[in-house]
Amino acid sequence: MAQYLLSVFMVEGAPAPDPEIIPVMQAQVGAFNQKLQDEGAWVFAGGLFPAELASVVRTDSGQRLVTDGPFSEAKEHIGGFWVIEAPDLDAALALADEGSRACMGPVEVRPFQPNE
Amino acid sequence: MTDDDITVVFRHESGRVLAGLVRRFGDIDVAEEAVQEAFLIAIEHWRRDGIPPNPAGWITTTARNRAIDRVRRESSRQERSVAAMHLRPPASDQPEDLDPVGDDRLRLVFTCCHPALELPAQIALTLRLIAGLQTAEIARAFLVPETTMAQRLVRAKRKIAANKIPYRIPTDGELPDRLPPVLAVVYLIFNEGHTATDADTLVRTDLCNEAIRLGRLLVTLMPDEPEAIGLLALMLLIHARTPARQDAQGNLVLLADQDRTRWNRDTIDEGHALVRQCLRRNHPGPYQFQAAINAVHADAAHFDATDWSQIITLYDQYYAVDPNPIVALNRAIAIGERDGPAAGLRQLDNLALDNYPYYHATRADFLQRLERLDEANAALDTAIALTTNRIERRHLTDQQTKIRNRRLGTMNGA
Repeated sequence: MAQYLLSVFMVEGAPAPDPEIIPVMQAQVGAFNQKLQDEGAWVFAGGLFPAELASVVRTDSGQRLVTDGPFSEAKEHIGGFWVIEAPDLDAALALADEGSRACMGPVEVRPFQPNE
Repeated sequence: MTDDDITVVFRHESGRVLAGLVRRFGDIDVAEEAVQEAFLIAIEHWRRDGIPPNPAGWITTTARNRAIDRVRRESSRQERSVAAMHLRPPASDQPEDLDPVGDDRLRLVFTCCHPALELPAQIALTLRLIAGLQTAEIARAFLVPETTMAQRLVRAKRKIAANKIPYRIPTDGELPDRLPPVLAVVYLIFNEGHTATDADTLVRTDLCNEAIRLGRLLVTLMPDEPEAIGLLALMLLIHARTPARQDAQGNLVLLADQDRTRWNRDTIDEGHALVRQCLRRNHPGPYQFQAAINAVHADAAHFDATDWSQIITLYDQYYAVDPNPIVALNRAIAIGERDGPAAGLRQLDNLALDNYPYYHATRADFLQRLERLDEANAALDTAIALTTNRIERRHLTDQQTKIRNRRLGTMNGA
């Protein structure tokens, strides 16, 4: 078994989803989460607040430096994720496909390094 | 026994050997390195003793022993030590790793052409792991530096390993999604050989031959897939015309002007037989339609004898299953031949092919036949700007010169 990070992205400045869609999406994601748990694929999952609310901590010559805002200057930020367990990439892609339908957005699939 | 002979034998056997080792060791790098080492040992032994009666068995045994050595050497690492415990020394001269039914190679084909890999990586991996080409040969074929190709292969293999891209034959349910990329990779290799991008030579026979060899392998591995048979038939029928595609000066000769006695009849006969074989199954697809259309061309003793109505019917059926503008363009060409250039030109309207050089070259041809020489000239400008193969460019430039001369003649006569 391998673990994969399934990330969902939010695009800065993109129009907010239709208010009527949000409960539908939440219900779909809830059902998908339940399915992951039932099938033993679930490791962890969560949705995040927008990246503008993030902070970055750096250690510079022993000094702590905190800055306001996300680390990445990109327009796209991670908005939520699943960590799943799957036998191979095809199985992970099949789950990502379901996740993508549930959250109505693209899902990036990225393998974790195995624990030595 | 020259080193070249040994290289040829090795290339033909290495895909089978490698695929068996990948199954056995679950690691492409271990398998590849073992096959490379076996190659060096083969050069040394075969030079002296000649090629053994069962070269694939010889290579498999040698490579497998190398791989076992390597895995044992590295067995300090936890994962590897577990693997090494399961390793057995070769039991006989008939290694079980020899992939008699070809399942191992088929698994590896689907790994190489996995949709999670970008297309250039799929092509490079297929040529390296299935066709057994050296990295330098693939780099030369695609006109990139060897280091670039080596990096591309390393990255692709890392992606396969890190992501656990599976090494298995897709289920029947997955096949409709997974087979087309495999066929597309082989056809792209063929097309790159048939009209080399950005090259001084028109045809790279080496690539055409590799693609046909891969096509034959796919038919052997998937005898019930009519599209795999269609692809092989298509490549053979197109490749059969190669001797007539250039004149003595190396200029491009279009289908209409080719000396058909120079076509390779044996290859055409084989293509014909394959077309009949796959069409009998009554599951037509894009490759079978293209093969059938090329079979109609091959039937005509000269261009004027072409059965355009049959070709148009085939394009109609093809377009119905695969409505893409390139199919429509080729159908328009056939209509232009049967019903005249004005009818052909009408078919070109509204095709979204602005960046496709053959679209503009086709328009130019219809326009010049209609004596609309200014427009034909402009269409050729666009076609030439979009064409990268130098021999095709020269052909288009020659066409343009003829049109410009005719235009001058018209102006002087007026």
